[in-house]
This record gives sequence, C-alpha cells and structure tokens, in this order.
Amino acid sequence: MKFAVVVNEGPYTHQASDTAYQFTKAALEKGHEIYRVFFYHDGVNNATRLTVPPQDERNVQKNWSELAEKNALDMVVCIAAAQRRGILDEGEAKRHGKGEGSANIAPGFRISGLGQLIEAGIQADRLVVFGD
Amino acid sequence: MSTLHTVNKSPYERGSLDSCLAHALPGDAVLLIEDAVVGARAGSTRVAEALKAAMPGCTIHVLGPDLAARGIPADAVVEGVSVVDYGGFVDLAATHDKSQAWL
Amino acid sequence: MSDTKRFLYVNRKAPHGTVYALESLEVVLIGAAFEQDVSLAFLDDGVFQLVKKQVTTGIGVKNFAPTYRALGDYDVKKLYVERESLAERGLTEDDLMEVTHENDDEEDVSSIEIVDRARMAQIMAAQDVVLSF
Repeated sequence: MKFAVVVNEGPYTHQASDTAYQFTKAALEKGHEIYRVFFYHDGVNNATRLTVPPQDERNVQKNWSELAEKNALDMVVCIAAAQRRGILDEGEAKRHGKGEGSANIAPGFRISGLGQLIEAGIQADRLVVFGD
Repeated sequence: MSTLHTVNKSPYERGSLDSCLAHALPGDAVLLIEDAVVGARAGSTRVAEALKAAMPGCTIHVLGPDLAARGIPADAVVEGVSVVDYGGFVDLAATHDKSQAWL
Repeated sequence: MSDTKRFLYVNRKAPHGTVYALESLEVVLIGAAFEQDVSLAFLDDGVFQLVKKQVTTGIGVKNFAPTYRALGDYDVKKLYVERESLAERGLTEDDLMEVTHENDDEEDVSSIEIVDRARMAQIMAAQDVVLSF
C-alpha cells in the first residue's frame, strides 16, 4: 500500500516528528511504499542541517536523512513555510541574496510547493498527518 | 468508509479526544498516541467512561511505546483498549479507508 | 478509482494564536488548482476563523480573514460549520462572515452551511483524504 506522511511540527518541542519517523520506518519494514513525506508549518525545521543536538540524544534531522537515503524517500519541505522559517536550499539562498553558504537544507530533503502535498493526497492510498 | 482517528493530546488538557469520540462512527478505530495515552490508564473516571461508552461501535487502541515512555504498564489500560506498536499503527492505517488526525 | 478525490480540510483551532488557520487556508488555495472535490469543516474553536469583523491591527499581524471570502473564486464552495460548536461558544450564524459563490444560474449563494454534529460526522466519514493542521 502507498502511504503519504505529513509532518506539521519541528523537532524536539513536539513528538510529532518522532512519531512520524517511527510510523514511516514501521511502514517500510512491513513492505509498504512511502509515496512522500511532506513537511509543513514548523515541520520544515526538521530539514535544517545546522542542528547540533547532544551526542547521547537522537538526531531528528539525521534520522530522517538516513531513512531517506536507505529507502529513496521523497521528503518535501513546503517552500512557503520554509521561507518564513529560514530553511533554504542553494537556489533559494541565491534568489533571496542570503549569501554564499547560507543554504541549510539537509541531505535527502527538497524544497517544493504545497501542490506536492495535494498530489501526495491524490496519489497515495492513505495519508497520515502528524502534528501538535 | 471506515476511519482511523488519531488523538495525540491528553484528554485532561484538551478537548480533542471528546471531539473525536463525538464524531467517530461505528466501524471506526480510535488510536491514542503521544500524550493522549494518559487517557487510556485504567482507574480514571471520566475518560475511562468516555472510552467505554464509545467501544460498542468503535475499537480503541493505544500506542504501546508511548504508554511505556509515560510509565503506564500495558496491563493497566482501560478494559477493552488494545495496545499496539508502530507496526500495529501502520496496520490500523492500512485496514481503514482513511485516517483523520485530531490535532 | 476516478482521478477526483474528496478532500476535507478540518479546522478546529482559533485563528491568530497559531499559524495553522492561515497555513491551512494556503493549502486550500493551492489545492484548488488540482480540481478535487474540496470541502472545509469548521468545528470546535475553528468556528472562530469565520467570525466577521476580525481586527488584527492591535496584535500586529496580517488579517487573512478576507481570504475566506475569495474561496468562491477558487471554486471552493462547501464550508461546513458545526452548529454545536457555535452554540457552545456563544456564537450564532449571524456572527459569521459572508462567504458566497456563484451558482449555475450566476446568482451569489452562501458557501456556508451550518450542520449539526451528527451530519458533520457523516461529512467526515464520506471523505477520501482528511487534512488537519
């Protein structure tokens, strides 16, 4: 079965991203397909490569990036929400004159439009939302 | 068209479980996750009654890892509530036509 | 399965205290281009999103409430508001802003339908995809 997962909250303050991660991992282990993971609202903050959590804690961003790499996940960060919150890829950083090296999107994530959320809802058999 | 309803906030803090139970229909499933699992502990009065009242029509589930994280033993949940792991969560999402998060 | 799915946007939070109402509305506007069967549900504190005369100058944030009135232009025509949620909060239909769309006879008709809780449950049950924020 094809699942789409929506993450509405950032890392650490809310459990939403952790629960979504565990759900996604369990779905993959059961042989389901993850059509897309979409990050919206503060959920875009899961995609910054600049977090440096203590070494004995989970690294939420890294967990997602590694899961994406291992399973070729499509992890999409909403562009409008990302711009409000300072999550930039190379193209966006350049376009908004934020200076070289200011792109902070982590591996495995890509920035795209809200249409990707609707499309995931259309294409997936099930859409599961995690938030506050 | 059956629905898996997920509730993630404590019923002692917010109205999302009440609202969910007021809209869930026979054949639906309700899954308590994150802080909502505190509502599944047996011995509570109001919340346990609300869950029991919903159970003839709906199945009620609670996420085991979230129970454990909050120090609630799996055998201390309201009678009739089933404890599932993340794989069980996936199964519930797959076996119902859609899911609705009561955020 | 047909290409059209029934999408329901569930709004249960008051506006302005959090960004959910605004960013939910942004999804609705973008989603309109996909020509799906779209409905919006307003229940619990979400009914406050449609209250008229919202004045946000005092809190220093943009008032996005007028955008709801443009939904008809995006072919979003079904806004369901729960009667019990209104009543519990001391509100009536008269407290809500006017949201209209043009019907087939080119007349402006209300997009807002007040429904009771049982009907709201049926509306939710009839959807393919439920988005809540």
